[in-house]
Amino acid sequence: MSETITKSIVIEVMRYRPEQESEPVWERFTVPYTDDMSVLQGLQAIKDDQDGSLSFRWSCRMAICGSCGMMINGKPMLSCQTFLRDFAPGPIRVEALAHLPIERDLVVSVEPFVKKLESVKPYIIPKEPRALAQGEYLQTPEELERIEQYSSCINCMLCYAACPQFGIDPEFTGPGVLALLHRYNADSRDGGQAERMEVLNAQDGVWSCTAVGYCSEVCPKGVDPARAVNQNKMNSATDYFKRFLLPGSKRGGKP
Amino acid sequence: MDSYKTDVLIIGAGGAGLRAAIAVAQADPGARVALLSKVYPMRSHTVAAEGGAAAVTQAHDSLEAHFHDTVAGGDWLCEQDVVEYFVGQAHEELVQMEHWGCPWSRRPDGHVNVRAFGGMKIERTWFAADKTGFHMLHTLFQTSIQFPQIERLDEHFCVDLIVHDGRVQGAVAIEIASGEFKLIQAKAVIIATGGAGRVFRENTNGGIVTGDGMALAYRHGVPLRDMEFVQYHPTCMPGTGLLFTEACRGEGGFLLNKDGYRYLQDYGLGPATPEPRNKAMELGPRDRLSQAYWHEKQKGRTVQGPHGHVVHLDLRHLGEKKLRERLPQIYELAVEYLGVDPAKEPIPVLPAVHYTMGGIMADGKTAAPLPGLYSAGECSSVGIHGANRLGSNSLTELLVFGKLAGTEAAAFARKHGHGDAAAIGALAEEVRGHALSLVTRPSGGERIATLRKEMAQCMEDGCGIYRSADTMRAACAKLAELKARYQHLHLDDHSRAWNTEWLLAIELGYLLDVAQAIAHSALQREESRGSHQRLDGFAERDDARFLKHSLAYYAGAEAPRIAYGDVKITSSPPGTRAYGAAGEKADAEARHV
Repeated sequence: MSETITKSIVIEVMRYRPEQESEPVWERFTVPYTDDMSVLQGLQAIKDDQDGSLSFRWSCRMAICGSCGMMINGKPMLSCQTFLRDFAPGPIRVEALAHLPIERDLVVSVEPFVKKLESVKPYIIPKEPRALAQGEYLQTPEELERIEQYSSCINCMLCYAACPQFGIDPEFTGPGVLALLHRYNADSRDGGQAERMEVLNAQDGVWSCTAVGYCSEVCPKGVDPARAVNQNKMNSATDYFKRFLLPGSKRGGKP
Repeated sequence: MDSYKTDVLIIGAGGAGLRAAIAVAQADPGARVALLSKVYPMRSHTVAAEGGAAAVTQAHDSLEAHFHDTVAGGDWLCEQDVVEYFVGQAHEELVQMEHWGCPWSRRPDGHVNVRAFGGMKIERTWFAADKTGFHMLHTLFQTSIQFPQIERLDEHFCVDLIVHDGRVQGAVAIEIASGEFKLIQAKAVIIATGGAGRVFRENTNGGIVTGDGMALAYRHGVPLRDMEFVQYHPTCMPGTGLLFTEACRGEGGFLLNKDGYRYLQDYGLGPATPEPRNKAMELGPRDRLSQAYWHEKQKGRTVQGPHGHVVHLDLRHLGEKKLRERLPQIYELAVEYLGVDPAKEPIPVLPAVHYTMGGIMADGKTAAPLPGLYSAGECSSVGIHGANRLGSNSLTELLVFGKLAGTEAAAFARKHGHGDAAAIGALAEEVRGHALSLVTRPSGGERIATLRKEMAQCMEDGCGIYRSADTMRAACAKLAELKARYQHLHLDDHSRAWNTEWLLAIELGYLLDVAQAIAHSALQREESRGSHQRLDGFAERDDARFLKHSLAYYAGAEAPRIAYGDVKITSSPPGTRAYGAAGEKADAEARHV
């Protein structure tokens, strides 16, 4: 029923098996493909038919679960949303996301990212408490619009692989998490700006960003972390101004 | 082996598991919760739900109407007392999500907006564009971070439950990064591992949706209930099965056959009106729409494409602006994966397996027949979906019953202590030996992928939209063969750290057990009801014989034993399921009785 496969492409994969190799090595696979096959499907074909030991994360296949980010010809991309046809005749070079510790093959450590995410209090700290019986908070479509793109981050970490500053300083909070921080700060229901200011102002917070903007370019969901970081630089500067130049004014909070 | 004690262990950290974890933390702030998942929470398959979550919201709507839509939609195989509870709790749970920050789409006045959905008489589906599951999952995950008593075991793969002294007392898991085993001793366990759509070939599900929790409970004697009821979603991407949400039709999309004709009017769903009409045409229930596709295909009125026969989902008349605002993800999927601009061309679609209505048998309070065990979400059969689920009931389900499972499990944990550590440790060592044997034993000749593909094909052939005894028998026989061949699996990878081939092998074992429960439950139900439709002389619903839940009991290498249980009827005796004009007439008559 499906298209007859007549074409093939070479996929070069960076392998690293900690029980077998001390350094990553390249391995070549020739994969039959059709025009509708993603890079992820190419890797699945390798695992199914050629080498079951190739390890990579994936799940949804539709660019929403954020599992399958990797470097494809040197650029951070979601492998489920990237198609083999666009690299014909190949070869395609696939390797683990840059700047992140490799656990095995294409699998990087997510834990440092999650720790950063947890550190920014990514939840509503209500401005005005409201009982469930009072129903929902009112939020206009315009107010929603202010947080919508920043709430679209799928935590795929492509922006971390793109960020030169994160490459130099792994302690840098980084684009995705700063965008998430901004998502809550900018929410009309939230009153937690002051509590989050500590992370923003810290040495590895917003001021580490050197405004390269590659993070926004590689984001597969149209989130603009660079813009969020910039907005937060303003917030951080305002906070500094209030604390040190206007003694007596309330620390942080919304103007 | 490392061992670890907690009060409540939750297996699965998707929507239901996260909601349960928060409920335990709130019910009993002193309790410890272990939240274990084979992926990071935000990767869970809740993330892929698109359309929305149902709750009675508008003044002219009523709990009775939501109840009736759900029970009739489920072809009267629902537990009606549980549906009553569900519709009653739904709204508060969605408001709770709003308070936690879920970015629900809004009306100009700032109130939450609702959209129409299939089989729902009045618009009551809350939505966050067409990424509702994504936003709910991230909101729940991020909210859970403020509860330090929730200790997450991310990327831990559960290999078995520990049952000792007549109750469940924990589980054994592999820490994926190291390949090391861990025993988590618990006073109560909640399974929230999602569905099992990957037993079928063409499906909308993520790779992780492999029925793990269902198989774990089943192997310990807990029956899987109503497993023959598998939902085909009518509008999916050919080749991959990726989902085009029902909200496409809720917003006014049409389904067209090869002649550009809105064929649903030929299947008791008409009349075809230009504006969407609730419970009619494209807003009929999923089982009916997928069945209509099948008939169109038989009549030669579908279009042959590279990945099978398709019909067309036509969104052109909605215009690009509305599509970008209400259905941005659908827009992106069509353009990027199919090269189709839905504002200019219709999208080719076909039905694919989407949802398992059945699951781990649970009473109305989520408890399994095994003391200490609870379940919530798609893995669970708490009884609200019957023979066919209505779109947007499942996202609400995971909140309502995730919360209930959390409070119930916390109450159970308060009344029970940890069992004998030595005995439990010995059981855990047995589990470890068994799981480890898959990588340490000499390899046989069977590749995992070959078995998995044969399984998925035989389920599609045998237990698809329409079924007959011979095709179902063939599927049952094939599954028995595959289970025998499973004993001779070949693994390329014999290492421990991040050995995903090992995990795939264990998942394949789960899939095969769940597939057997589905196929045998289907074969023995000699009637047609909801998503279970037969061609071999059992084309009608048979309430006299089959107004019953099926209960599949695990029997090791043998075929499962199928028993039956009663269905709870409170206020709605089985009636005729009617949609379109016939449905409106039936509703009008019912009001005059």
